[in-house]
Amino acid sequence: MSGAPENQIPAIHLAGIDKRFGAVHANRAIDLRVAPGSIHGLLGENGAGKSTLMKILFGMIHADAGTVEIDGAPVSFRSSAEALAAGIGMVQQHFSLIGAFSVVENLIMGRAQGSALSRLTRKLDLPAAAARAAELSERFGFGIDPWAKVSTLSVGARQKVEILKALWGGARTLVLDEPTAALSPPEADELYAVLEKLRAEGRTIVLISHKMPEVMRLCDRVTVLRDGAVVGNAEISARDTTDPKVRAELEARMVDMMIGRESPALPDRAPQEGPLILDVRGLSDGHRLGPLDLQLHGGEIVAVVGVEGNGQSELVDLLMGLSKPTDGLIAIDNRNVTDWSTQKRLAAGIAHISEDRHASGVANDMSLADNASIGYLDGEPFSPGPWYLAWRDRVRFTEVLIERHKVRTPSALLPMSSLSGGNQQKLVVGRELARSPRLMVAAQPTRGLDIGSASAVHHALLGLRERGAAVLLLSLDLAEVFALADRLVVLRKGQIAGAMTAAEFDIDQIGRWMSGAQDTTPDTTPATAPRKQEVA
Amino acid sequence: MSDFFTIALFASALHLAVPIILPMLGGLLCERSGVINIGLEGMMLGGAFGAVAFSYVTGNPWLGLLGAVGTGLLSGVILATMSVLLRGDQVIGATAINLVGAGLTAALVPIIWGIDGTTPSVPKVPTPELPFVGQIPLVGPLLAELSAIDLVAFALVGAVWWVLMRTDMGLRLRACGESAAAADAAGIDVTRVRFIAVTLSGVLAALGGAYLSIVTLDLFQASMTQGRGFLALAAMVFGKWRVGPAFLVCLGFGLADAIALRAQIFTHDLPHDLLFALPYVLALVALATFVGRATGPADVGKPFRRA
Repeated sequence: MSGAPENQIPAIHLAGIDKRFGAVHANRAIDLRVAPGSIHGLLGENGAGKSTLMKILFGMIHADAGTVEIDGAPVSFRSSAEALAAGIGMVQQHFSLIGAFSVVENLIMGRAQGSALSRLTRKLDLPAAAARAAELSERFGFGIDPWAKVSTLSVGARQKVEILKALWGGARTLVLDEPTAALSPPEADELYAVLEKLRAEGRTIVLISHKMPEVMRLCDRVTVLRDGAVVGNAEISARDTTDPKVRAELEARMVDMMIGRESPALPDRAPQEGPLILDVRGLSDGHRLGPLDLQLHGGEIVAVVGVEGNGQSELVDLLMGLSKPTDGLIAIDNRNVTDWSTQKRLAAGIAHISEDRHASGVANDMSLADNASIGYLDGEPFSPGPWYLAWRDRVRFTEVLIERHKVRTPSALLPMSSLSGGNQQKLVVGRELARSPRLMVAAQPTRGLDIGSASAVHHALLGLRERGAAVLLLSLDLAEVFALADRLVVLRKGQIAGAMTAAEFDIDQIGRWMSGAQDTTPDTTPATAPRKQEVA
Repeated sequence: MSDFFTIALFASALHLAVPIILPMLGGLLCERSGVINIGLEGMMLGGAFGAVAFSYVTGNPWLGLLGAVGTGLLSGVILATMSVLLRGDQVIGATAINLVGAGLTAALVPIIWGIDGTTPSVPKVPTPELPFVGQIPLVGPLLAELSAIDLVAFALVGAVWWVLMRTDMGLRLRACGESAAAADAAGIDVTRVRFIAVTLSGVLAALGGAYLSIVTLDLFQASMTQGRGFLALAAMVFGKWRVGPAFLVCLGFGLADAIALRAQIFTHDLPHDLLFALPYVLALVALATFVGRATGPADVGKPFRRA
């Protein structure tokens, strides 16, 4: 089975790509053919070699062996600028936009031709560029204002500006690296529509992803990588996506290829009745959150969903004592902890998987052992006296975490920065689980994780639930929420716009709450009640 | 009071502002490209010294100016090599420039002239009066007090603004200061842009020093810049890294200097050291109070290396 029909000249043809980084064999004789005018999915877990392969395509890394052909012509790029000149654009997971600049400035940056003197003296024609940007934006349904400052745009809009930037440079082929990782479901839908329009125009798209629904919706073909090698290709026809049985089989087959074993199904969950653990009343930060009431019982996973920036981070900060509320109270196990320090709250049994790993989850330059035992350094077991830390115990503890959570690293003494993002996250999750918490505040716990690692985190959270702990799950991934949560609340503008139990989960209703479509009647708090009445 | 606020006062304010404006422009270009430059003071001293030395040796003050450009290039290239090419700590590199600039120039005076501290007079740059400008209504009398050199300095302000804010080169330079990684992804050679910007800042600062030594005066004196390089830096921050506002702040510093000078004539009982501290106090107060949170270019101070 081949990635594309043999009789067609592929838009991208990678042949026999091989690359080693020291002991790691990142790419093993990879062949990849991408047919023009198609959306080609590149699937694989973290560390499967997808990024390395794409970096080789863009000339950011040189392959040890193998050739790259664009539209049938052999190429060897030395920079992404050269790749762009040849008609290939890349949208990285981390955007390369300048927040302080307008959209149009980001588009024309570094593009002007002409002599050095003219570029030093001639005025940039921003209005003409803006007109062209508006025209492109119109054509593909981006809805982007060319004069808007990028820092004022939402993540979804920035994603579109990135695509616009590639198209601006004349890209006929686009590579998108997990483009929906940070998008809310409505934003992701808009992006899918854009990608479909691009395909309809005859452009070629390589979609790096591990989200099955979007792969099934968009891709014509997929290539699956595992451990640096191609493990299979698959064609996805219209029939596959419409027939639910065929679709489920195909999805299962692709997941199996990706992780190399049967995908671990989540166990069925019996409803549990536990004691009240978290009791939040009238909580407000006086600005972006509240007033908010929220109760969590033992043996319950409650998800907080909503478009990013609607008070989720503020809620987490208040719960963890990282900021002070202006109003309201927080009780854990019937103890008022509103004025407690973060350290005291941790001791009281709250654990926290932080949303932004880089900002508050790990110290990049410190060793795995330091990162794993941070927050345990007050008293036993690692600090038996005030004067020293039990170094060997900390390392042993770290090694246990590495073993238990399958963190890929040769040593607990290496710096955190030597790990891939997914492996860093596994260590952080392991660290927080090791607290045996009463309440786990898990903010985007699987962001950027591959299916295998995400599944491990899901099992861990369900294990906590089994043991009678309460889990507050903040997630942008509704599939994850549906799989885990007993209950969900939708946060919008810092307030709860609606709530549902697992039996009532309804993606359309959630979407309406998230977008505020029910805002026609302000000052009422829509809850589960209206929907139920309709049914009745 | 009308005796005090005369045209001569404002003219002297403009004259005193020029040696702050030039290094300010240099610092601004440098920092907008993403490199911190607290070495302006040392670069100015190098320029002031180079100008006098070349004027002394050649007997031609214009070649003296050229000598200042040379020392500016030298100090700029040294800082650029340390902070851009070798990716050293930018603050430490620039501090080294300050220390070497002050020390080396002071040490070279006795070596060349055989006397300590102040050099003898050297040929100074002529400051031709401008024809006809006296007739311009309103500002004419003020402009008549200025020389062609002053006007060139003011024109440079406009030129820097134009290049920075309106041209492709300026956009590239600002991109490097806001996000080196994004600029690199857009095909901009970050290292080259920053190298050129740092070098240019050396030249502009050196010209500011030369203005002090062979335009205003005709000699070099150890540490004669008296912190103007730091004032230029303060003006840049105070102006939030924008050319127009920073220029106005420089004019404000010039005016404060001029008032201090003039107050010396009018009042004898005020200690004049206190008066001369006025611009510095002004800078301190401004920075500490109503400037608010000054945020520079997002990527300033971070050495760039390709991933």
